[in-house]
Amino acid sequence: MHDLSWLVLVFRIFGVLVMVGAAVFVCWLLSGRKFPEQLSGATFGWLLLVLLWALGGWAFASRYALGLGAVTNLSDQFPWGIWKALVLCGISFAAGGFLTACMVYIFRIRAFYPILRPVVLAAYLGYMLSASGSLLVDLGRYHQIWRPIFFWQHHSVLFEVSWCVMLYTGVLSVEFAPILLDKLRWHRLANIVHKITVPFVICGVILSTLHQSSLGSLFLIVPNKLLPLWYTPLLPVLFFISAIVSGFAMAIFVSALSFWTFKRPLEPRVLTSLGKGMTPLLLVYLFLRIVDLTVRNAWIYIFENPLQGAMFTIEMLLLTLPLFVVLRTKWSGRRRWAFAAAIPVLIGVILNRLNVAWIGLLPSTGANYFPSWIEIVVVLNLVSFGVVIFGLAARYLPLFEHHDPDAHHSPAPTSAPSHGAASHPA
Amino acid sequence: MISRRRFLQAGATGTLTVLGASRLLASEKLAAADQTAVLVDLTRCIGCRACENACRVRAGFDGLPSASIGYGPGDGQLTFRTRTFIEPVNCGGKHNQPIKRQCMHCLEPACVSVCPVAALEKTKTGPVVYHEHLCIGCRYCILACPFNVPKYEWDNALMPRVGKCDFCADRQAKGQSPACVAACPTGSLKSGKRAALLQEAKSRLSALPKRYAALYGEDVVGGTTWLYLTDTNPLELGFPKGLPSSPLPRLTWEAIAKLPFVVIGVGLILSVIVRWRTRKQPCTT
Repeated sequence: MHDLSWLVLVFRIFGVLVMVGAAVFVCWLLSGRKFPEQLSGATFGWLLLVLLWALGGWAFASRYALGLGAVTNLSDQFPWGIWKALVLCGISFAAGGFLTACMVYIFRIRAFYPILRPVVLAAYLGYMLSASGSLLVDLGRYHQIWRPIFFWQHHSVLFEVSWCVMLYTGVLSVEFAPILLDKLRWHRLANIVHKITVPFVICGVILSTLHQSSLGSLFLIVPNKLLPLWYTPLLPVLFFISAIVSGFAMAIFVSALSFWTFKRPLEPRVLTSLGKGMTPLLLVYLFLRIVDLTVRNAWIYIFENPLQGAMFTIEMLLLTLPLFVVLRTKWSGRRRWAFAAAIPVLIGVILNRLNVAWIGLLPSTGANYFPSWIEIVVVLNLVSFGVVIFGLAARYLPLFEHHDPDAHHSPAPTSAPSHGAASHPA
Repeated sequence: MISRRRFLQAGATGTLTVLGASRLLASEKLAAADQTAVLVDLTRCIGCRACENACRVRAGFDGLPSASIGYGPGDGQLTFRTRTFIEPVNCGGKHNQPIKRQCMHCLEPACVSVCPVAALEKTKTGPVVYHEHLCIGCRYCILACPFNVPKYEWDNALMPRVGKCDFCADRQAKGQSPACVAACPTGSLKSGKRAALLQEAKSRLSALPKRYAALYGEDVVGGTTWLYLTDTNPLELGFPKGLPSSPLPRLTWEAIAKLPFVVIGVGLILSVIVRWRTRKQPCTT
């Protein structure tokens, strides 16, 4: 065997150069194509992005050149790591997309029209990057990712998940298409898309219901491996409800951040009504968790396993925190409070997914898994891709145009301007 | 050719499932009683590792170094290359009990049920085999296996494989016994039909109640085709704790089987809401 380490090094340097080039190009685009002059404003941010993507280039090149064993801390004792956990988190946050689409196209709640496009885009990116992107690094045979299309095994939850993700990505494309078509001014095609949107949204809700719960069903097969703090026959139900809760939180987070960052007016009502939708579901979720743990007599495991007990406690505290915000403010119209309630929910759901896919599996498997720096850098890179693409879309696409499913492309505004029309950009 | 036939077969199965007909593939399999099985009588095992050596040679890897008693690096555990090995288990400080480890070839295997592309297959006569060309490398089988059997070729960057005992399915097809069974000098391993071996195990148990403590594999996770006669509580011999006696795939199937109802229910409810909401606020288009 020849020593091929020099080739790996060349490949890694190539990866770093490509990613640094991409980062500089993206910075130039994001700064409105006035890169050198406008750099000073956010130098630190740009430098951070270039550095992160440079590390990412090294990480991706290493993974594809050397394989999973060389770059990750995965092992036969612990075959699923934080890349799989990223899939769980990303997809659960992307529930914001189907929720908002459902409220706009099916319930026709006007208050949510202005946030439809940003939230759907964020969901789209969540799917593309956390599901497809993460799997493209995580699968041992990433080049065979298409196989579930042709080779069916209907007893597998993973098979169901992969089909739902594929189909739902298609649905999100249809929901996202108007943004692109508006930009390109292809009005005829936009009208066709508009006509098929409602059935697609219904399919989207069905698919989301199925695979948000299926992500929980993935772990039903390991009753002896997952700690009883998290293992329960209710896993699919709990994953579904917490996905909706995190979807609301994600809708609050994305719309608040994007409207504030890009200085668009956003009616406070939007955020507070999202918060109002989130709270009862959060209560249902916590109620189910507590009843379930009590019925199965699983509380003792908090004390038996210190690390798991601590993680469980933090998770539950984070998910309870928003309720205090509600008690204090009664949603008195301050959107800051809605934002403050969304953040602990998002972190709590991330922790929940990490606990199910990682922390809760440690005691039984005897593994000592902690992600390698390459695993962490890859996760940060995938997330940064999402943020960057969102930023580009906000700059170059009509992301904040008022979207009205009732009167598409008709110049005359519809009635009832009191609802949400204030967010129409001038 | 094969892949096309599989595709059509799988397509037909998938469609039927959605319509409510499940377990089509299960009906093709032999009944549990007629599947090939192995009875491991641990009281007869002397820990010579002849089975381990025979397995390596048959799988195409180097055999054990001659006259080797100790374990070298990478030995002493199941790995991608080691599909069976003899584990010396110190139970209660009593003695070092040699225990043969390999795939248990469950009657309803979790690994087969979780594989999204049917790369793992429970064959008609009993062996659980791995079809390398179908695998996508998701490693769900490794996570799902209650006995921690499937192992991964972690150092392969392009086409990593899953390594597990395939019960010498090729030898069985030719009417031969598995390589490890053929190599066993003490009669600790015995292959045959599962029902016959169960009966034999039980008669040994009742004939010599002082020699034997338990029979393992009859009903754990719905039953395995590898059966163990032990002189100690099996859970002290490193067999996993907390396993149910019902097959693990049923836990997920209960969730998957609700899929058609969710589709129809959610679809109906949403359609009704759409009709209701659009009637109140008529569409302009």
